[in-house]
Amino acid sequence: MANDRKVLLKIEGLRIEGYADEKWVEIVHGVDLTLHRGEVLGLIGESGAGKSTIGLAAMGFARDGCRISGGSVEFDGMELTTTPEADRRVLRGSRVAYVAQSAAASFNPAHKLIDQHTEAPVHYRIRKRMESQEDAMELYERLRLPNPREIGFRYPHQVSGGQLQRAMTAMAMACRPDLIIFDEPTTALDVTTQIEVLAAIRDIVDQFNTAAIYITHDLAVVAQMADLIKVLLKGDEVEEADTRTMLESPREDYTKTLWAVRSFQRPQKSRPDGDAIPIVSVDRIDASYGATRVLEDVSFDVHAGMTVAVVGESGSGKSTAARCITGLLPPAKGRILFAGEELPASFRARSKDQLRQAQMIYQMADTALNPKVRISDIIGRPAEFYGGLKGVALKNRVDELLDLIELDPSKFYSRYPPELSGGQKQRIGIARALAAEPSFIICDEVTSALDQLVAEGILRLLDRLQNELNLAYMFITHDLATVRSIADEVVVMKQGRVVEQGPKDVMFTPPHHPYTDLLLSSVPEMDPNWLNTVLEERGVDNIGEAART
Amino acid sequence: MNYFVIGYYALLIGGSCLAAYFKKREIFLVLFSLTLASFVMGIVGGQDALWAVTIAAGLLALAGGTAYAFREFLVIVSGAQTAKVLRTAPLTASFGMFVIFTYAVLGIFAPAIAPFGESDVISQAFAPPDEVMLLGADQLGRDMFSRLVYGARNTVGLALVATALAFVIGVLLGMVAAVKGGWFDQFMGRVIDVVMSIPGLIFALLLLSIFGTNLVILVIIIGLIYAPRVFRLTRAVAGNVVVMDYIEAAGLRGEGMWYLIRKEILPNSTAPLIAEFGLEFCFVFLLVAGLSFLGLGVQPPTADWGSMVRENATLISFGEITPLIPAAAIALLTVSVNFVVDWMLFRSSGLKE
Repeated sequence: MANDRKVLLKIEGLRIEGYADEKWVEIVHGVDLTLHRGEVLGLIGESGAGKSTIGLAAMGFARDGCRISGGSVEFDGMELTTTPEADRRVLRGSRVAYVAQSAAASFNPAHKLIDQHTEAPVHYRIRKRMESQEDAMELYERLRLPNPREIGFRYPHQVSGGQLQRAMTAMAMACRPDLIIFDEPTTALDVTTQIEVLAAIRDIVDQFNTAAIYITHDLAVVAQMADLIKVLLKGDEVEEADTRTMLESPREDYTKTLWAVRSFQRPQKSRPDGDAIPIVSVDRIDASYGATRVLEDVSFDVHAGMTVAVVGESGSGKSTAARCITGLLPPAKGRILFAGEELPASFRARSKDQLRQAQMIYQMADTALNPKVRISDIIGRPAEFYGGLKGVALKNRVDELLDLIELDPSKFYSRYPPELSGGQKQRIGIARALAAEPSFIICDEVTSALDQLVAEGILRLLDRLQNELNLAYMFITHDLATVRSIADEVVVMKQGRVVEQGPKDVMFTPPHHPYTDLLLSSVPEMDPNWLNTVLEERGVDNIGEAART
Repeated sequence: MNYFVIGYYALLIGGSCLAAYFKKREIFLVLFSLTLASFVMGIVGGQDALWAVTIAAGLLALAGGTAYAFREFLVIVSGAQTAKVLRTAPLTASFGMFVIFTYAVLGIFAPAIAPFGESDVISQAFAPPDEVMLLGADQLGRDMFSRLVYGARNTVGLALVATALAFVIGVLLGMVAAVKGGWFDQFMGRVIDVVMSIPGLIFALLLLSIFGTNLVILVIIIGLIYAPRVFRLTRAVAGNVVVMDYIEAAGLRGEGMWYLIRKEILPNSTAPLIAEFGLEFCFVFLLVAGLSFLGLGVQPPTADWGSMVRENATLISFGEITPLIPAAAIALLTVSVNFVVDWMLFRSSGLKE
């Protein structure tokens, strides 16, 4: 894809320091990077690897509390580390653009999309306002946004997340930059939406021969987008190679472990024979928020010791189903049965023992753990509350639980949540659920905020606990790779209804319901040709409709 | 020209040059504009004006030095965790802490510090200062200095108790409203709106003239008048905490409301509430002083800064500064508390300049 091999960006020995605890700590330790015109470089690594920091440094920018402490950043013959800030700013608006992870947070909600789009080109006198608006509409059309002539006159909250991300890409293109930095542009999107955005980004980068740095932690995504891949670990380069070589024969051990993550799969269990009573049974429930109906006629069963994965896009009602089971949102119609007994609709009316039996693990461990409470109290409280444990017995129980989630009690007993890493916090969340000695746990997107290696650790832990304690899981997720690795049964939901359900092996073998098929085929695969194949199968032009129907 | 004037300018100009040489832009600007201003002041006001500037600068330097030394002192005596926080305190904040500390010592050890009792008549009215009476006597011949020291105890103590009462009421109701929501929240909100719509001072005057002016009633009335502001803040802060997943988790566990408030919400709202406490304390303190000045607050012969200003107000017409001393004591404490609160607010909200 790199037509002319002129070097556009050359980073040498880049060192970046961050300010923490009253001293400067180096977070990027001498990274080299060369990018030619029209080339797409994928930067991958776990969180904390320095991907975004390097991406920003490519624009000669360091975040608040960070500084570039060494090395050079040469953009088209211009040394950015010594260029005055005013000149760099001009460069950033017009020749380098940045697409952030959350388009919703990056657009100003008070202005129309097209006004924000035209701001940069008008400011830099590249185009007049009217020309720029015309140009915006043309870009919207190329990015396959619906109603390209009108959509720009909407406000950011009036379009969907995937459309917003494409509008943001159009905005980045407004000045026809030489380089665009994409910082996890699809991480916050559903798989079905992600595919549209990926295709749109790839095409437009191709058409204008723009160079790009594509930052992501998702290997399958980067395989579709990038010509070159660079793997980073804790601010150091691990290796760099062109996409195919990297996928087929990674050199370093670390890269191989990244590749291997997706291989975790446990044997599928099947339902007990005969008419065993399911531990939780959702019986034809309807639910609504105010006048908006969000669940319609939803039924499924969860048997003891088994994992039921509930999948669907955002807005499909999978989390609402969980809220109905826990009693946070009393269903308008239908019953929730627990081991054959009907549960009161609201959690306030349930007995202490009923509450104890069903526990929940949250997606965001940051908000699920009280930052001002010690780990020992977070885990100890359910044991104290339900089991009446006190003093030494309570301490022993907490130690036992910490051992169970593979954290060293002597280290973690008296710490606070903000001192822990994301994966450790999630483990504490699991321990808190276990402390109640439940028979059923709802896992609400428990791994989606975590890095792949960490997420795999959590999945293995959950699997081990299930075998040891005979727990039943309801696993809410939009990530089908997770479903593949741990589910026994799958429930597919769409717009508040159950589309299809059954054992995993049946669900993953054709024939599928068309929606299940769409979900399955939208999961990125490691094959660099995957995106092309999928688009061809669906017919490129109606990809938008394909996702909507 | 004498040595003082020559030394004065030499110091300023020398300082400016040094600042310019070491590229300290702000210091240079301050020093050099002071030099230029001094030329004008020296011509207009003569040597006396320059003396005044020197004394003011000396006082400022003294305050700065005290603040710096006090901060170092606190850092050394406190534990590692607190010391780390204290090290970030600006000089204004540590100056405020120093003043508050001094007032606290004065208030607590008043009988030991004051040379006379607060209502002992020891000389004739309006006696000028001498070695025995450092600040002279008031309109009944009582020692001003002793009354000032006792006043610290009475006025500050009263304001503290009243603010604490306002906080107990406001925080409790605010938390309950945030947790319960629904009609209770709405009802409390409207009641609070009604109370807040009546101007505080007038409401206090009205209630005091109905119920009479004894200290208990004074504290209760001030507590009730200031509780609504606390309620609003608490309601807003707790409202942000209540939506967190850990509150939902505790609710699903079956925890009661009292546990939620005490263990889950309160620890996450302390920073803004402490800052608000300082701020409210200033208002309450001024209200107490104001009521005393109007004769409806602390009753004689109890020493109180507000009433001390009123009692000695006649002296103003004779060009005496005696009535301004209790007023200055009020001002100094309010400013100091605000310095500390500013720093706390800055820390808790992460506000930038």
